[in-house]
Amino acid sequence: MLDATQNNAPIIQMNNIEKHFGNIIALAGVSFDVRPGECHCLLGDNGAGKSTFIKTMSGVHQPTKGEILFEGQPMNFATPRDAMEAGIATVFQDLAMIPLMSVTRNFFMGREPTKGSGLLKRFDVDHANQVTMEQMRQMGINLRGPDQAVGTLSGGERQTVAIARAVYFGAKVLILDEPTSALGVRQTSNVLATIDKVRAQGIGVVFISHNVRHALAVGDRFTVLNRGKTLGTAKRGEITPEQLQDLMAGGQEMAQLEGSLGGTV
Amino acid sequence: MSEHTQTVADERIKNEPFMTRMMKKPELGAIAGVILVTLFFLITADPVMFSLSGVMNFMTPAAQLGILAIGAAMLMIGGEFDLSIGSMVAFAGLFFGVCIVTWGLPLIFAIPLTFAFAAGVGATNGMIVIRSGLPSFIVTLAFLFILRGLSLVGLKAATGGSTQLRGVRDATENDFLAPFFAGDAFGGLFLWLAENGWVDTFKNGNPKVPGVPVEIIWFIVLALIATYILLRTPAGNWIFAAGGDTNAASNSGVPVNRVKITLFMVTACCAALVAIITVMDAGSTDSRRGFQKEFEAIIAAVIGGCLLTGGYGSAIGAFFGSIIFGMVVIGLTYTDFDQDWFQVFLGGMLLIAVLFNNAIRKRVTGER
Repeated sequence: MLDATQNNAPIIQMNNIEKHFGNIIALAGVSFDVRPGECHCLLGDNGAGKSTFIKTMSGVHQPTKGEILFEGQPMNFATPRDAMEAGIATVFQDLAMIPLMSVTRNFFMGREPTKGSGLLKRFDVDHANQVTMEQMRQMGINLRGPDQAVGTLSGGERQTVAIARAVYFGAKVLILDEPTSALGVRQTSNVLATIDKVRAQGIGVVFISHNVRHALAVGDRFTVLNRGKTLGTAKRGEITPEQLQDLMAGGQEMAQLEGSLGGTV
Repeated sequence: MSEHTQTVADERIKNEPFMTRMMKKPELGAIAGVILVTLFFLITADPVMFSLSGVMNFMTPAAQLGILAIGAAMLMIGGEFDLSIGSMVAFAGLFFGVCIVTWGLPLIFAIPLTFAFAAGVGATNGMIVIRSGLPSFIVTLAFLFILRGLSLVGLKAATGGSTQLRGVRDATENDFLAPFFAGDAFGGLFLWLAENGWVDTFKNGNPKVPGVPVEIIWFIVLALIATYILLRTPAGNWIFAAGGDTNAASNSGVPVNRVKITLFMVTACCAALVAIITVMDAGSTDSRRGFQKEFEAIIAAVIGGCLLTGGYGSAIGAFFGSIIFGMVVIGLTYTDFDQDWFQVFLGGMLLIAVLFNNAIRKRVTGER
C-alpha cells in the first residue's frame, strides 16, 4: 500500500507556507502534501498552528508566503467555495450539520438535487432519500429512515454523515479537523474505520489530531507541527508513539512530565 | 466485508408506532388544537356556529390572520421575526388607498405597486437585520412604531386631517380585478346549490351564503404554496437550514442572507395582501388597520409548531393555528361565555403550545 501511494503524485502540495496575522506569526514555514489513497496525519498540540494551516488549505485564509500546488498546478483559493469546487472538502469540528433537520436534508444542504423545470423545478426528495440511505449504508450506518433528524444521531454517526457527504460530492482531498476529539471509544473506532473506507476509494485524507494513538491507528504518514513549524514527516513504522508524543510536546517538557506521571500519558 | 450484509435492519430498532411518527410532525399540536376547540364549541355553542354560514363567519377572520401567519411562520422557520407586519397592513393599506383614490390608478397598476412597495419595506427590514447583525426582534419592533406613525401622518396628509381614507369602493367597483380581491368567490356554484335546495336559502330563493369570501381562497392557496415550497423545493431546504444554524448553512453553500431578506419581503407582501383585501372589502383604509396583528400572527405560527429559535415549523401548522384563532374569536359569541375570555384563552393556548413545542424539539434533536 505504501509503495503504491509513494508512486502517486501528490494531489495537493503546500510548500513553506507562512501566515501572519498582524505581528503574530501563526505559521512560519510549513510544508505538507497528500497523495491519493493515503491518510496523512497532521499532529500538534493546541496552538501549534493546525487550525490555521488547514484553514489555509481549505481556502478560508490566504497564505502570506509560500505556494500551493493542486494537482501540480499553482493554485490560489480565494474562498472556501473555490477550494470545495476544486475537490478539497473540509469537515470542521462543528460539522456544518443542523440537528433539527433530517439526515437527507443535511446531506444535500445547499446542493439539493432537482427534477422538473421552470416553476415545477423541485427538490427531488425520493432521489435524495435513496442516495442518503445508500451512502450511509456504505459507511456502515443503518438509518431508521432518511427523515431521521441528525440530532438523534451519535457524535460518531454525525461525523460519518459529514464525511459521507463530502465524499459523495466528489472530494479528492478530505480534511478532517479533530474528528475523534469528542468521541467515545466505540464511536472513535467507527470513525477511524470510515477514514479507512474513504482512503480505499483513492481519496487523500488529512487527519488532524492531537491523539497519537488515533493517528497511528489509520495514518500512513505523520507530520508534526510545533509552534508554527513542521518538525518533520515520518512514515508509518518509522516512528514510535513515544517519539511522536515527544515531538508534539516539543520534546523536553513532555519527558519531564511523563516522569512524574509514571508514563501514563 | 460485503456491503450487502449490512442492509439487515438494526435489531434494536422497533417499528415506529403510528403515534410516534405523528409526534414528529410540527403541525400535530395545531391539528389536535383544532379538534379540541371544535369539540369544545360543539358542546357549548349554538349549533348555528357549525352551519355553512357559521363556518364562513369564523373562517373569514381566520383567513385574514392566516395569510399573515403563513408569512410569519416561514420567516420564523428561517430564524427571524417580523413584529412590523401589523403596522405594515396599515401602511400598505395607506399606499394602496392613495394609489386608488388620490392618484386614480386602476387595480392592475395599484396592486403590483402596493406589493412592490411592501417588498421594498420588507427588504429594508431584512437588510438592516442582516447588515447590523442585531436581533430581528428589536429592528422590527422599531418598524412597528415607525410604520404605524407613518400611516397616521400619511393618512392625515392624504385626506387633510382625517385618519380614514374613503372612496376605495367607488373607485374599484367596476374594475375587472376586483373580484379576485373582494367579495365572494364561486357565487354561481352557491346559487346552483341553492336552486337544488342543498344549502340554506332566504325566502326569495337566494342562498344565505352567497359564496366563499375571497380571503379564504387566498388563505388556502397560500398555505398550499408555502407548504410546497418548504417541503419540496431547494429553497425550502435553505429556509430550514438558515433558521437551524446560520453558520452551518452558509458553510454548506446556502445563500443565507438572500434567503432571509426574501423571507422579510414575502412577509411584508402577505401584509400587503391582507391590506388590499380588507381595504377593498371595507371601501376605506384607516390607520388602526392590522393593530396587534403581528402578535396574533406569531401566536398562530407558534401554535402551528414553529419554534421561536427557528429551523422548525410548518405552514400547515400556521394554517390550523389561525383557524383555532378564528374559531375562538367568533365562537365565543355563540356561547354564553363573556367574550373577554378570548384573551385568557389565547394566552393559555400560546403557553401550552410553547411547552409542547419545546418537548417536541427535545425529542427530535435527542436533547436530554
